[in-house]
Amino acid sequence: MSDAASIDSMPVVPEKVEKGTSLTRDAWLRLQKNKLAMICLWVFAAIAALCFIGPYFKYIPGLREVLPDPNATHLSERSQLPNATYLLGSDHLGRDIFSRVVHGGRVSLMVGLLATLVSITIGVVYGAISGYASGRTDAVMMRIVDILYSMPFMIMVIILTTMFGNQLWLLFVAIGAVEWVTMARIVRGQIMSLKKQEFVEAAVSLGYSDARIIFRHLIPNTIGPVIVYTTLTVPSVMLLEAVLSYLGLGVQPPDSSWGTLIKEGADRMQSDPALLVFPAIFFSATLFCLNFLGDGLRDAFDPKSSKD
Amino acid sequence: MSFLEIDHLTKHFRVHKGLFGAEEETVKAVEDVTLSLEKGEILGLVGESGCGKTTLSRLIMQLLPPTSGSVVLQGERLAALPPEEIRMRRIDFQMVFQDPYASLNPRLTVFSTLAEAIRTRHPESFGDNLARRVGELMRRVGLEPRYMKKYPHEFSGGQRQRIAIARALATEPKLIIADEPVSALDVSIQSQILNLLMNLSKDLDLTMLFISHDLAVVHYVADRIAVMYQGRIVELGDADEVFHHPKEAYTRQLLEAVPRIEYQNAS
Repeated sequence: MSDAASIDSMPVVPEKVEKGTSLTRDAWLRLQKNKLAMICLWVFAAIAALCFIGPYFKYIPGLREVLPDPNATHLSERSQLPNATYLLGSDHLGRDIFSRVVHGGRVSLMVGLLATLVSITIGVVYGAISGYASGRTDAVMMRIVDILYSMPFMIMVIILTTMFGNQLWLLFVAIGAVEWVTMARIVRGQIMSLKKQEFVEAAVSLGYSDARIIFRHLIPNTIGPVIVYTTLTVPSVMLLEAVLSYLGLGVQPPDSSWGTLIKEGADRMQSDPALLVFPAIFFSATLFCLNFLGDGLRDAFDPKSSKD
Repeated sequence: MSFLEIDHLTKHFRVHKGLFGAEEETVKAVEDVTLSLEKGEILGLVGESGCGKTTLSRLIMQLLPPTSGSVVLQGERLAALPPEEIRMRRIDFQMVFQDPYASLNPRLTVFSTLAEAIRTRHPESFGDNLARRVGELMRRVGLEPRYMKKYPHEFSGGQRQRIAIARALATEPKLIIADEPVSALDVSIQSQILNLLMNLSKDLDLTMLFISHDLAVVHYVADRIAVMYQGRIVELGDADEVFHHPKEAYTRQLLEAVPRIEYQNAS
């Protein structure tokens, strides 16, 4: 610290402002040192990019052949092994397996990401309000969570699908309704410990509104656990979608997801193992990467808790 | 009429004990405290930990509802105001907290923290005007303005306490309650922060309630000293008078707890 006289001579609006490192940036720098997590991040990014951009290849000549229409059948070229035309081979109807995996992945990832986004948003806001309000409001809000927790998920989905028919948005609603509950509990716990800290008392004494305190001072401080839990929710949501699709309750043909592809593959496991193996590899790789990434993020956001 | 009057303020906490909280016990944290502060005065409040100093500060700050009694600021009974009115009035009385590591939002830069507080008093301020105000505030507490985009964890404890003081000053308050502002700091930094608080009080004509467990620190800063013991004020008087000629046995005990350096003549 330089002495007071020299500080008084400094310009009030400095020409050069030294940039600070935020805690989030700090965590990112720490994550970059974690090799496994970074590899997982890039593999996941590559799979996601392929699944989201891939379906547009049909507009680009030259790339069109790599990813042909996943539903186009070529009965003369059935059950082929991987070759130049069919990168991962073709199925029993002569459809391109690679293209089907990419298109199925788009549905799976979309369900995973969107349902997670919805459940995280609801969970964070709900948990934050509940934890900040405390007392009777908190008790009522948490009992609602307890009731949702005790509902049998499968039966709920079956009832919903029989009532509204098989629709994709129903999957989002059903999965979102289940997943936000855990997030709400995690955030509530975080907020309850945060709000006892002096900076929240300071915010109250500055006369900030409750909404401002919750959204500007409390929720940003829960970002670590929220990000970690998000990366772990995406794979569990994708797994749920796969389970539902496997049971015939999820995505319906001609749409396909990794869940339905694996089901189809499992039915023809003996005659056509490629049908099971390739979707399963992509699906497992994605889940694996997200789980390890979540692990790495946990260590990055909370360096004290890491093992080494 | 004094600037701040604390009138028979009492706070009892109910504590549930035993199986399923069947037994109830009342903890008398603050018991019938009456104090008054004149404008521009620094009143020191000393007492051992657990004597109710912090509860008293939270009561004055309207962060806790009192069991009975009232806080009157500039002739206005605060508890009588509706909650929304109290919220608007809060910018007139600010607090400096004990732990500079917990009292700053770790996700906000110094600029964001200070700018947000400044805008409670000057909601019309933004852009260059706001940056100038932040810079002036930082200079006032002895921080270089070029660090305004840094985060709390990039500062030392003493610097953080300066940021916390700047935040309290940002609303241009009339009353500051400093709750053990130096007890979490290195001894070498303590005197810097104490001098800063004393100079600010003088320059800005601030009224200050300075809370500490350390009688020597309070004697250094305060004009008058109130000694608190088990929720009550046991002695109140001029700082030198209390420090050098304590009347109460408890004050003498506190004084004896202050470590002293005695010089021996090397004869």
